[in-house]
Order: sequence, then C-alpha cells, then structure tokens
Amino acid sequence: MRGITKRFGAMTANDHIDFQVEQGEIHCLLGENGAGKSTLMNVLFGLLCPEEGCVEIDGQPISALTPRLAYQLGIGMVHQHFMLVNHLTCLENIILGNEPGKVVIDRKQARARVQALSDQYHFNIDLDAPVSDLSVGMKQRVEILKTLYRGANIIILDEPTAVLTPIEAEQLLSILRDMRTQGKTIIFITHKLKETLDVADRITILRGGKSVALLSAASATPEQLARLMVGHDVVFEIEKPARAQGDVVLRVEDVRLLQNAQSTVSFEVHAGEIFGIAGVEGNGQQQLEEIIMGLTRTKGGRIFYQKTNLLELSLRARRKLRFAYIPSDRLKQALLSHVSLQENFLLGNQYDPQYVRRGLIQKKALRENTLRMMREFDVRAVSAQQSAGSLSGGNQQKFVLAREVSKQPQFVLACQPVRGLDIGAIKYVHNVLIRLRSEGAAILLISAELSDIFQLSDTIGVLYKGELMDVRKAGAFDNESISLLMAGRKEAQADETNR
Amino acid sequence: MKRTAKPQLPALAERLIYSLAAVVLSLLLATIVMLIAGYDPLKAFGAMLNGAFGSANAVANTLSKSIPLMFTGFAFAVASKGGVFNIGGEGQLYLAALASAVTALALDGLPRAVVLTASILAGMAAGGAVGALIGAIKAKLRINEVIVAIMVNYIVSLFASYMVNGPLKAANSMTAQSEAISSTYLFATVIPRSQLTTALYLGIAFAVLIFFLFRSTRLGFNIRAVGENAKAAASAGISIAATTIGVMALSGMLAGLAGVTEVLGKYGRFIDGFSPGFGFTGIAVAVLGSNNPFGILLTSLLFGALEAGSMKMSYVANVSTNMVMVIQGLVILFVATPEIVSQFVRRKGGKRNG
Repeated sequence: MRGITKRFGAMTANDHIDFQVEQGEIHCLLGENGAGKSTLMNVLFGLLCPEEGCVEIDGQPISALTPRLAYQLGIGMVHQHFMLVNHLTCLENIILGNEPGKVVIDRKQARARVQALSDQYHFNIDLDAPVSDLSVGMKQRVEILKTLYRGANIIILDEPTAVLTPIEAEQLLSILRDMRTQGKTIIFITHKLKETLDVADRITILRGGKSVALLSAASATPEQLARLMVGHDVVFEIEKPARAQGDVVLRVEDVRLLQNAQSTVSFEVHAGEIFGIAGVEGNGQQQLEEIIMGLTRTKGGRIFYQKTNLLELSLRARRKLRFAYIPSDRLKQALLSHVSLQENFLLGNQYDPQYVRRGLIQKKALRENTLRMMREFDVRAVSAQQSAGSLSGGNQQKFVLAREVSKQPQFVLACQPVRGLDIGAIKYVHNVLIRLRSEGAAILLISAELSDIFQLSDTIGVLYKGELMDVRKAGAFDNESISLLMAGRKEAQADETNR
Repeated sequence: MKRTAKPQLPALAERLIYSLAAVVLSLLLATIVMLIAGYDPLKAFGAMLNGAFGSANAVANTLSKSIPLMFTGFAFAVASKGGVFNIGGEGQLYLAALASAVTALALDGLPRAVVLTASILAGMAAGGAVGALIGAIKAKLRINEVIVAIMVNYIVSLFASYMVNGPLKAANSMTAQSEAISSTYLFATVIPRSQLTTALYLGIAFAVLIFFLFRSTRLGFNIRAVGENAKAAASAGISIAATTIGVMALSGMLAGLAGVTEVLGKYGRFIDGFSPGFGFTGIAVAVLGSNNPFGILLTSLLFGALEAGSMKMSYVANVSTNMVMVIQGLVILFVATPEIVSQFVRRKGGKRNG
C-alpha cells in the first residue's frame, strides 16, 4: 500500500501511509485508538476508498477494490464485531455466501472441506454447534475459518484479542503462529505491546494517521514501542503509596453467584483498600457486579454496606448511598449514547438536590459541574451538548469516571475499567483508582486483565465457576499461581479438573 | 477509531429538512400518479389548497380536523421517548370518548365548568387506564406492547360499540350513538358555525407542557433515559417497570384527549365508530414531526389540511378523496425509509460523503 490518504470530513484518518507486508509473516499494525489502524485495513479490504494512494498485491496495482474483489485476491478480514448468524451452526456460518453445489447445498462436500481446514490449523471447532452456544474465542475461530474457507492468503485481524480472555488470547496467538508456518500472511491490528512482541515478525506503528516506524520485532523493546505509539516516554510502573486499611465498608456474605456453583462467596472490602477480583470472564463476575448494584436479584446471602443490608434496599435507595459504579459495559450500562454529555452527567445524579429541585432540572449547575469535571478528568469533547456516543472509548470511560467520582463515593465498584482503552487512558484510570484509595474509598475491582489486578490490588480474590478459589494479600500471588487458580486448579489437586 | 467527522447540521434543522423532503417527495409522486390516472394535478392541488386554506371557514375546518391528530401524535411521541411503541391510541381514545360522554350525561344539570372539567378528566383517566394496562402487561409480563395494544384496541372499541348499541343507546335513535350532551357542556366554537372549538388551545397548551416535561424535568429525563438505554437507566436507579407503566398512562391520557375533544367538540355525543383511525394516523403525525411537540402541531396541521382539502379536490378536479390516503401513505413510506429521503436531501444539497 502506498501513500494511502483517507479523510473523513475535516479529519485525516490516514495521511500518506506506506504499508508493506511480506508473504508468510505476522505483521502487527500497532497504534493507539484513533491512530488510523482500522481505516487503513478497511481500505485494504475494499470497504473504504482512499482519496490518494494505491494498493498493490504481488506487484499488481489494484484499482476499485471492493470486499468481493479483495476476497478473490485472497484477502480476508475478521472484524472486531463478529458477523455471524447466531441461529445457524458453525458449518452453515462458514459456508454462508459461498455454498458448494448448484441448487441444493452439497453439505457433504462443504463439511469435508471445512473439516479439513479446521484440522489443518488445529481449530478444534464443533461444526454442528449453533454459533449462539459458542464462547467468544470460538466464534472468532469460526470467523477465521470462514476467511480460510474462502481462500484467503492474507488475513486481517482487527483487535482480535480485545474480546478474549488471557487464555483464549494465548490460544489464538498459537493458532496464528501455526498459520504462518503453513504460509499464510497475517496482519494483526492491536494496541497491546506484549502480544505484539509475542507474535509479530515485523511491526508498523501508526500515530495520528501517519506511519511512524517499521521495525523488526526481534529488536524491539516495549518502552521503544510505547514511545513510538504515544509520542513521548511512558512510565509503566505506577506509584501506589502504602496505606493502612480502615474499617470494613462492604461485606459480602454467602452470596451465590452461579446456580451451579458449589459454594457461596464471602469477602470484605475495607476503606482504603483495593480488592481485586481476578478470573477469566464468565465465572460469575457479571453476576457479582449486578447483585451488588441490585440489577439482579439473588436468593440468600447478605451484602452489608457499613451497617445496611443492600439486598433489602430498592434500586433508588441504593443509589442514594452514592456508590461510584463503573460498569463492565460502559455504552450499555453507563451512558445514553444519543443524549448530550450534560444530561449523561445527570444520569444517576437525578435525585441530587444540587441538580434537580422540585422535579426541575437545574441546568446551570448541571452544565457548570459537567464542564468542570470534564476539564478535571481531561475528557476531550467540543462541548457539554455533544452526544456521549460521539466520544472515543477512552474519553467515554473518563467521562464515566468523572461522573462517578464526583459523587465523592465511599465505595467504588469498578468492573473491567480499562477494557478497550489505550495506554494513556489505562494509566489515567489506574491513577484515579489509586487516588480514590488514598482518599479512603473502598474499591472493588473486577478485571480480567491480570496486569490491572497486580498493579492496583491490595488484596486479590480469584473467581472460578462462581466460587472464590482463594483470597490473599497481593504479594502472595505470582503470575503462575494465579493462572492456575483462574483455571480452577488449587495447587494440591492440580490435575483433577480439566480445562 | 474516531467517528467520521462530517459537517453536521443542528439536529433539529436536519430533521426538519428530512420531514419537509418526505412531504415534497410524496407530493411529487402523487402528481405522477394523478398524471397517469389522467387527472390535472395542478387543478387538483389548487382545489385542495383552496379547500384547506381558501377561506376563514376552510382554515377552521383544517384546524378542527388537525385537533384529534395532534393529540394522538403527542400520545405516540411521548410513549416513543420512553421506548414504548404505543399503537393502542385507537382503543385509548374510544374508551376516553365513552367515559367523557357518560360523565357529561350523568352530571347534567351541574355548572358548565364542573361538568366540562369532570368529563375531560374522566376521559383522560379512562385513556390513561387503558395505556397503563398495556404498559403493565409489557413491564410485568414482558409481552410485546404492540401485540397487546392491538388486541386491546379491539376489545375496547367493541366494548364501546356494545355500550352505545345496548345500554347507552339513545332513545328513538336509528344509529348507534349515545344521548346528546347538552350544548352548554361542550367546547365553545372559535369561529361561529364551524367545527373549530377551543379544544385547539388545549392542544397548544399540551404541546408546551410536553416540551417542558422533556426539557426541564426529572420525570421527562427519566422517561428518556429508559427509552434510550433501559439498562443504563436501571443502573442509575430508575425503575424501568414504573416508568414504562407511567409513560403509557401519560400516553393513554393524551390519546384519550383526542376522543374527548371529538365528543365534547365536534359531535356532542358518543357515536359508534367515530374515529377513522386517528390513533394510527397519529403515529405518522408523530414520526413526521420527529416526536417534537411543536413539530407535531405542524404535521397534524398538514394532515388536517389534506383531509379538509380532499372534498374540494373531489368535486372541483374530480379526483377521488382517496388520493389523500395515497399522499398520506407515501408520506409514511418516506418517513419510514429515511435512507431514500437522505439520498434525496444529499443530492439536492450537492453534498457527497464517502
């Protein structure tokens, strides 16, 4: 790809980018959110038409590229959001749009071809399972298999690990290595440094719509990549001052997270403590989040906030306790995407007399506070009237933080707070949580990112199949012991469970 | 990835343009239909314009026809803001009309202010109850409101029909209707000998109230939050069930006013089958007015004008009054398929985005 330029209105998403991939390599396209990675790949896949520049494949210049033509040229793309039909089986999804046979689908032939491909790359997919039953990692494999089935030689993966658990991500990387060994070319879009260094042969770094570097992975260091990505030095370690724990703020007693869990969950979070819940997603984290916030009802168990049992309170009464709540899915649970930022700031604050008096919204106070918090939290937006959906993911998360922190909470429930964020924003979120801890808030952090858990937590609990496998001080775990627990193995009985 | 930063019109202006474009497009297509059918479109539209706005009486007629549509339009818009598709306006307005007629008849003899107020409130309460019932079934039993509302429409309008065919039927009347309400208890006419009544002012007052509700009150904000993103609203401590039931009660009251103003304005009694589908046309009015109360005032005026002008069009240009239904149908089609209209607007504006 040469001199690719793509503009959206006043914004230049790609500015004369040269990008070259060689046969049989894994090429990482690295950059922060908004650096232009996806745009560049959408141009390559024919979804967007660039204003300038040209695409060449095997030395042949290609004009008027469309996704159909891209497929014919052997380019396949796996998007961030899967394009699968939930009711159909894996096999049906894979052959969809490209069914063998003239009138009647030749299922036998289709199955044979798909099965052969699946075996060749060790995908381990049950072709007859309906897609809706699959885990995210499996759905992604189906997507990859679909591109292979269509004869792709160059496969573009757009942030493939963003939706995966660490274990699934590791499995994906090994599949990709396998595919490379068998001669496929892979373009891997990401903003994560570790996996880039893990898997890439060469790395192209984009920043602000420009290509700033092309390096070989063998000689690259994380610090160097981060600097190139962000444009200045990045400090990885965060400072976490030692702090004495205060009183118990939240006490969870005998709460059953999953129906088939063998035991209930109990733990305490103290003032000035960050309690990290580690674990692969889907092991009860969501239930814990929803039970604490009152979005799901539960039978049995008690959750005490100071002296009151939360489970006996109505939703509205709980909100009056002014918890800060950072939900795991900010767009679905924390924001109204078509509504102005100012009104989003009101969400959850609508019973605060500062903002609503006698049923009437106090616009002036609301606007001033919204703008003040947005400045304080570095939320980049044109105005408070802008809709929440028009912000980038990082700015949305900062906005949610700003709103929740403005409640001066004693208890913070932070769920997957850095998901989908780039390095700068992650660091920001971490610092805010540390600051809240210093101010004496009790923080329950639920995260699938081990780096989050280790960097922030004072105490760590590991969740597996709705049970707390172990709770210890942060220093008592290392990477390996925690990984085993996350996979459901307590040291002594390492081989009893299968995973 | 950043979102595409295309130059944006203020949202309101943009929606106004889209609605106008939808109207223009449907008039153009109606012209073609008339040409094919061998009519003179200029003459037809001229007659229609004349019939709708040509004289004080024509204007009064247009306005009076727009009143019920205005209320059913509000009803649909308010429910939409709360994320509920209220297709039950028809049933709500029938029960409201019946309740207000019965109340006015029962209180016969009391002072005008008392009877008028009581019978308006009775109508709103009845409409609101039907709305709340649909809302409750949706919120508590999780049954789709569209199906429930359509069934309730049948039940309620057939019930009303039974009442005026049976127990409440006027003595010595050939048609199914209630006794006449004494004219002292009806809305006053704005222009003598026309059907335009002071109910129009009620409509304008409600437009202002609704605007204020959504702009400045917590209740309005809670409704919008639930409509926009129920999960986020619940996380913020708003009860989804209570809001759904409440917004449907409100919507039902507004739809009810359409029935009330017909009974206490136009007919002075409950007549079986008086509504030619105001509840359904209200959906088109609301959508074309992009759920904005003032937009709805305008679009109800447009639909009222089409109705009012159709008679004149029929006898001057000999075009069937059904042509109005064609135009209304086309407007709904274009409003329902924004893509077609947006293509049209883009071409016209000479702007092309990649």
